[in-house]
Amino acid sequence: MNGSTSLMSGSRSSIDGVPAPTSEPQPAPALPRLLAGLESHEAMSLDDHLAVHGDIALQRGRGHAAEHLIEEIEHAGLRGHGGAGFPAARKLKAVAAARGRPIVVVNAAEGEPASQKDRTLLQTLPHLVIDGGLLCANALGAREVIVCVCESERSSHESVARAIEERRHTRGAGRLAELTLVSVPSGYVAGQESALVNHLNGGPGKPTFTPPMPYQQGVRRRPTLINNAETLAHIALIARHGAHWFRELGTDAQPGSALITISGALAYPGVYEIEYGAPLHTLIAAGGGMTSSPRAALLGGYAGAWVGAEHLDRLTLSEEHLAPYGATLGAGIVFLLSEAACPVAETARVARWLSDEGAGQCGPCVNGLDALAATVEAVAAGSVAAAQGNQRIAHLARLVYGRGACAHPDGAVRFISSAARTFAAEFADHAQHGPCDACARPGELPLPAAGRSVQTTRPSR
Amino acid sequence: MSHRLRVNPITCEAHGMCAELLPERIALDEWGYPVIAGEPVPRELLDHARRAAQACPTFALLLERDQT
Amino acid sequence: MNLLLATAGPSTYWYLTRSTGAVALVLLTLAIALGVIDVQRWSSSRWPRFVVDSLHRNVSLLAVGFLLFHILTAVLDSFAPISLLDSVIPFHGSYRSFWLGLGAVSFDLILAVTFTSLLRQRMGYATWRAVHWLTYASWPIALLHSFGTGSDVKGGWLLWVGVGCLAVVVVAILVRVLAGWPEQLRTRSAALAGTGIFSLFLLFWLPGGPLGSEWARRSGTPSKLLPHVHLTSAVGAQR
Repeated sequence: MNGSTSLMSGSRSSIDGVPAPTSEPQPAPALPRLLAGLESHEAMSLDDHLAVHGDIALQRGRGHAAEHLIEEIEHAGLRGHGGAGFPAARKLKAVAAARGRPIVVVNAAEGEPASQKDRTLLQTLPHLVIDGGLLCANALGAREVIVCVCESERSSHESVARAIEERRHTRGAGRLAELTLVSVPSGYVAGQESALVNHLNGGPGKPTFTPPMPYQQGVRRRPTLINNAETLAHIALIARHGAHWFRELGTDAQPGSALITISGALAYPGVYEIEYGAPLHTLIAAGGGMTSSPRAALLGGYAGAWVGAEHLDRLTLSEEHLAPYGATLGAGIVFLLSEAACPVAETARVARWLSDEGAGQCGPCVNGLDALAATVEAVAAGSVAAAQGNQRIAHLARLVYGRGACAHPDGAVRFISSAARTFAAEFADHAQHGPCDACARPGELPLPAAGRSVQTTRPSR
Repeated sequence: MSHRLRVNPITCEAHGMCAELLPERIALDEWGYPVIAGEPVPRELLDHARRAAQACPTFALLLERDQT
Repeated sequence: MNLLLATAGPSTYWYLTRSTGAVALVLLTLAIALGVIDVQRWSSSRWPRFVVDSLHRNVSLLAVGFLLFHILTAVLDSFAPISLLDSVIPFHGSYRSFWLGLGAVSFDLILAVTFTSLLRQRMGYATWRAVHWLTYASWPIALLHSFGTGSDVKGGWLLWVGVGCLAVVVVAILVRVLAGWPEQLRTRSAALAGTGIFSLFLLFWLPGGPLGSEWARRSGTPSKLLPHVHLTSAVGAQR
């Protein structure tokens, strides 16, 4: 099971021979794109990276090339892959328009326990990510690219450090932006943009009150571009092959490919590259099929939403197709919960974890998430009536949403409300009868052990 | 030109003076933190809103001009 | 002759400075009490939070007002050689320089607190808060100043006013500490210890100090202002 997995969606046409902007080598075939050329789980060296993707002239002073890049990204319709899905070109333009010399930050903090794509990128394709960072720096006139990696991710650190070393030695003409590797504290909210900026400015890794937004005043009060590692990897390819090429995969509303971490009741959990609009069942098939019949799928991680098993066959992986189910892909996360698991116990566990992971700065979040977790725990233990429990959850959800300094409470509210809806029957059953047999089982939803990050699941194919 | 009230949830320490001084727009949740109506502050309440913002011991309540 | 001059010394200003000083002490005590009520968030329907907070701010300003009057009248009074500079530069003057100097120290601290509070909008909340803690330092120093310079301690009324104010401040600190502030046990113990030590110090110092004999001379009053013993006997002899 070597290399990457390409997911060929039957409905897409292959490349129809449109010439690529760069001459050598040929543009990547339909899929894989990001994961192209991966032979093993070792990091791709700089030479291999250049052999697979070709070089990109990254000389400073290519003014027209810089503007051209932002336009190209805009035509490509690239959106951020950190979970918020903000249009990448709009963010670049906002930073470009702000006063002061910008700084580029690569966000690979990846606090979502069920997400592995960013560490996969850093450990196997660091040069693709670095390319993207340098390209953005070039386009913005920035002189620094700061790569932020979670402090507990040893392998990612080593891989990025090695890649930066390689760049130092093989760099040809022109001193480009300075590449720096920085450790950020592990924690769910540490990867939030303002929290990242706060940490880089010497403060705690906790979100700050905005405005000013990072793109106006961020690291050292300079306009700061913060992009997810995967977003930058896509930019590295768009710069080589163009917007038209990028749009050849995916849907009109959501073009391109994406890395999805799929885990849970799957034979080969891991990171896969799909094109947007691919059906979920094809991804599951590529992952070796389900190991047990599913109860539900969680999309978007712990800030996301549940979709019941009865819908999974029809589910297509793009925002517009998931919206009717009240779900999103978030940072590209799919988790399959098995039939054997107890969804109420799982929700209670994660709800309590989400409450503990808050920065502890905002009253509504600190109190509200604690109260929500307590309510779900009470339902799971059978110490509150179903109707009362549901009412309290709905009331707290309304009370907490939007009243924190960051989106953490909003995500938690979405996750818990969605669980209460999707598993209404199980919630009612627990409220009436107390814990079920499955409650005592070890949890399926991944949570980090206290003080450590989630064990890395290597991509299996 | 309209004004809106916003609270900085990080600095807010639930002193509760804002809700006393502008009950038309600010209520307190069960933990004592302000819930603020999102609509613009009408002209007749503007002075009260200003006073509420000045009374906040931690400067968490902000009266801002609409950036439209 | 000399005795007449000595007894002609205390002017209106002298009375004013003593009385405004006492009032300032009471108001500062009240300000601390209101500050604790404010931060403990006590309120009722008749005393909403914003009223307690406004009272605290206004009483504090009033205290500063009386303090300024106290200083002005002390300077204007011709009996004791106190200059305006003595009010801000500690231990500068010649009249009971140590005890008066304590007053200057306290006043300096109060000035810092007052200015930061008036200019709150322009500085970060953390800076303002940090300076505000100085109130807990300025108060005991002010009390020592009152006992040390106040000529009325022996007469009784200032002693009771001072002790009453001390009781109020001790209760205020106890309330705060028992309510769980500051968060670290160490700081709380230090606050309690400090309060206890200060109170005990007063208990042992007052009888031998301001309440003892010849305090005026021992506290540093210039000798030409002191009533002379042989004059009284001369007066007695003239009778």
